[in-house]
Amino acid sequence: MEQQYIDLYKQHHESIKKHSTGVMNDLRDDAFALFEKLHFPTVALENYKYSDLKAGLSIDYGVNINRIPIPVNPYEVFTCDVPGIHSYLYFVVNDAFYPVKDIRNNSLPEGVIIGSVNQVAETHPELVKQYFGKLSSKKEDGLIAFNGAFAQDGFFMYVPKNVVLDKPVQLVNIMRSDVDFMANSHNLIILEEGAKAQLLVCDHTVDDVRFLSNRVTEVFVSENATYEHYKLENMHVKTTNLATLLIDQQASSNVLANVITLHNGQTRNMVEIDLDGEHCETLLCGMVIGDKNQQVDNFTSIIHNKPNCHSRELFKYVLDDMAKGGFTGKLYVAKDAQKTAAFQTNRNILLSKTAKMRTKPQLEIYADDVKCSHGATIGQLDESAKFYMQARGISGEEARLLLMFAFTNDVIENIRIPALQDRIKLLVEKRLRGELSKCEGCVICQ
Amino acid sequence: MSEDILDQLTQSDYKYGFTTDIETDIIPIGLSEDVVRIISAKKNEPEWMLEFRLKAYRHWLTMEMPSWAHLEIPKIDFQSIAYYAAPRKNAPQSLDEVDPELLKTFNKLGISMEEQKMLSGMAVDVVMDSISVKTTFKESLAEKGIIFCSFSEAVEHHPDLVQKYMGSVVPYADNFFATLNCAVFSDGSFVYIPKGVRCPMELSTYFRINAINTGQFERTLIIADEDSYVSYLEGCTAPMRDENQLHAAIVEIIAMKNAEVKYSTVQNWYPGDKNGVGGIYNFVTKRGICKGDSSKISWTQVETGSAVTWKYPSCILLGDNSSAEFYSVAVTNHHQQADTGTKMLHIGKNTSSHILSKGISAGKSQNSYRGLVKINPKAENARNYSQCDSLLLGDKCGAHTFPYMEVDNDTAIVEHEATTSKINEDQIFYCNQRGISTEDAVGLIVNGYAKEVLNQLPMEFAVEAQKLLQITLEGSVG
Repeated sequence: MEQQYIDLYKQHHESIKKHSTGVMNDLRDDAFALFEKLHFPTVALENYKYSDLKAGLSIDYGVNINRIPIPVNPYEVFTCDVPGIHSYLYFVVNDAFYPVKDIRNNSLPEGVIIGSVNQVAETHPELVKQYFGKLSSKKEDGLIAFNGAFAQDGFFMYVPKNVVLDKPVQLVNIMRSDVDFMANSHNLIILEEGAKAQLLVCDHTVDDVRFLSNRVTEVFVSENATYEHYKLENMHVKTTNLATLLIDQQASSNVLANVITLHNGQTRNMVEIDLDGEHCETLLCGMVIGDKNQQVDNFTSIIHNKPNCHSRELFKYVLDDMAKGGFTGKLYVAKDAQKTAAFQTNRNILLSKTAKMRTKPQLEIYADDVKCSHGATIGQLDESAKFYMQARGISGEEARLLLMFAFTNDVIENIRIPALQDRIKLLVEKRLRGELSKCEGCVICQ
Repeated sequence: MSEDILDQLTQSDYKYGFTTDIETDIIPIGLSEDVVRIISAKKNEPEWMLEFRLKAYRHWLTMEMPSWAHLEIPKIDFQSIAYYAAPRKNAPQSLDEVDPELLKTFNKLGISMEEQKMLSGMAVDVVMDSISVKTTFKESLAEKGIIFCSFSEAVEHHPDLVQKYMGSVVPYADNFFATLNCAVFSDGSFVYIPKGVRCPMELSTYFRINAINTGQFERTLIIADEDSYVSYLEGCTAPMRDENQLHAAIVEIIAMKNAEVKYSTVQNWYPGDKNGVGGIYNFVTKRGICKGDSSKISWTQVETGSAVTWKYPSCILLGDNSSAEFYSVAVTNHHQQADTGTKMLHIGKNTSSHILSKGISAGKSQNSYRGLVKINPKAENARNYSQCDSLLLGDKCGAHTFPYMEVDNDTAIVEHEATTSKINEDQIFYCNQRGISTEDAVGLIVNGYAKEVLNQLPMEFAVEAQKLLQITLEGSVG
């Protein structure tokens, strides 16, 4: 399975490099060497115990090494908008930043740079060089190494010191191809001291072919900066979506990451948040509503390297049909990270006999003055609560729905963009009512 | 809390450090097919037993030592271990015939056999370096049809039972250390409780490692037939010594319909000195199967000793309405490492399991809980509740939790909760105010913290366990 990519790289690394930028190419050969050593991860690895990627990875995907532009107008194919949201809107088609003028005619605050990594590497080479690959190149992970070898571009965002983005930045990833297709991209997001930004990443597929998306996103949050990251996934069942999100937090920074999977084929989210300064605050949330043969694995770790930080983690799953869920929540408290407060909750509901859930919360603690806890449950809706409602004239079905909304609401309430919150509430409601076992406006999934 | 006090509290020495001079019959160190044959021959085993050992040995050769546990273990040279040692004088018939040195050892341990016989009403199967030296109360148990004897005796007198059940819960190819045990196990205990019999006393055995460089490979097999009940106690202390010793035991429990087995362990093997030199490696495979409907298995363990502890007493809940419990207190100090927990495999309908694990780490030790709860697709209405708490005493130790939950059935309810914290300053202050010294206060709080588990132990054991907690954590010896 790996061999074809190893051969591909050996034969075509010249043209891969030709169509990318120096900063990315500098790390490319090392990443490839690492991939040659590690290969694609299998379930035999502890970190991939709950993600069997074999089927998704063994498909013979096309790759666009020579960066041939794909003819598409994202405004035509993109239908799953969040109505009422005022945002800075950008598109990435497969792995290429779509160079259009923002039709909503928003002008960005001064100093903010948004574009593709390749573009910015030419205009601001020092900036990109300073940060690019600083987190990802240290990871001993087959998928990240693969991305390092093959990714040629990505999304770039820079918010300078004390600049507050007044509106969320919306990044729409569209997978578009006529043949089975693989896209590797490497995103870089930098927030300087005291900066504030919200990023909403929406993942969509528009063609009825099999896709593999392998994306690495690096985020650097400097002192006193505030960053919110929302990932909303609405992709069709033939997609394998591998997303790695690496966040580095400096002192007194505040990060909210929210990973929502509403519809997908197979998804693996790896989220790692390093707290490298004191007094950081972190909230990591996620929600999965899965049915059919969907597979979702959220592999998360929050690493407390410095004292006096506070983190919370909340993940909720609702699984129906043959859906398979996996959750790993690693909470690591380093030796000197005293006064850490870290709490983690993972709650899951299985709705059918064939749905499966695997959860593995773990605490690794090397400091003594800490307060850490985790809780995980797998079960069903509370029958007595349902009975209570039925006794008051609410039909059984409606009571069940109410309880499920309540169940997922904890996560939705942590969304700090009102328009998005309303939208997700609506999508979840439709989804739970069974009206929408596919993405809205999509005709691919039946 | 000042560091001095913690240091004082956590730096007590091992109380039971002494070696006894008894002549032992040791075969040359190292492991080979010949050694396996010699062990089997020395024990006059039948052909099928030798076959079992050889099968395991050959499989073991193909295996590698696993490395997934959160433990740092120096490379073990399996060729530098003597795999068999037995006191030279063959099993005596009465206490008078027992080597006086041996009796002295027991007296130092506080388990004088006379006293045990007279007062505690327990039947003690004393294991001193791999061979069963003396079995007491056998006759009174025999009246009820209970078989409680050494494993070798069971092989000799009850081959049908041994053949039927040995390896049925822990197969010979189960894991690296279990396979090693199958090849070279020396002796152990065998218990059979017949249908409808409630064992009138707590069955007890003491393991004690005594000869230099001998691995101790125990094997325990407990079979509880329909509607029976037995409570089995296992406790250990070992003499001080510098070289690491390997202990790889197997415990198998089979509970038939409506049977209940309670297995309690107090483990206090030599943990190594303050600098982490020496100490026992404790790699044990313990597993029970609730084979019949409405059967129950309960594991209780107090782990205070060993340099490295690596064990997961597990239950297979095969019968409908069966239930399992796991209660554990694991204390680590100095350079000790523990990776312990349980596995609950729910297969039958309406099965329930309860896990309660309390970890206490001090000094530079690492203490991990690792547990699996697996609900099979056909295990309707399975129920599990797990709670694991960790207490940290000192800033150089670590406490870790690795729970795994795998649920394939929508009617299951599985819950897990874990907390990690240090002793509350307020609680110590409260005690100080009332005239209790900080040292006593820590003892009180730790004992209170472990109480839920200690309460599960039979009375005699609970007292010892409480003392062990104090010895491990406090300067004074109880």
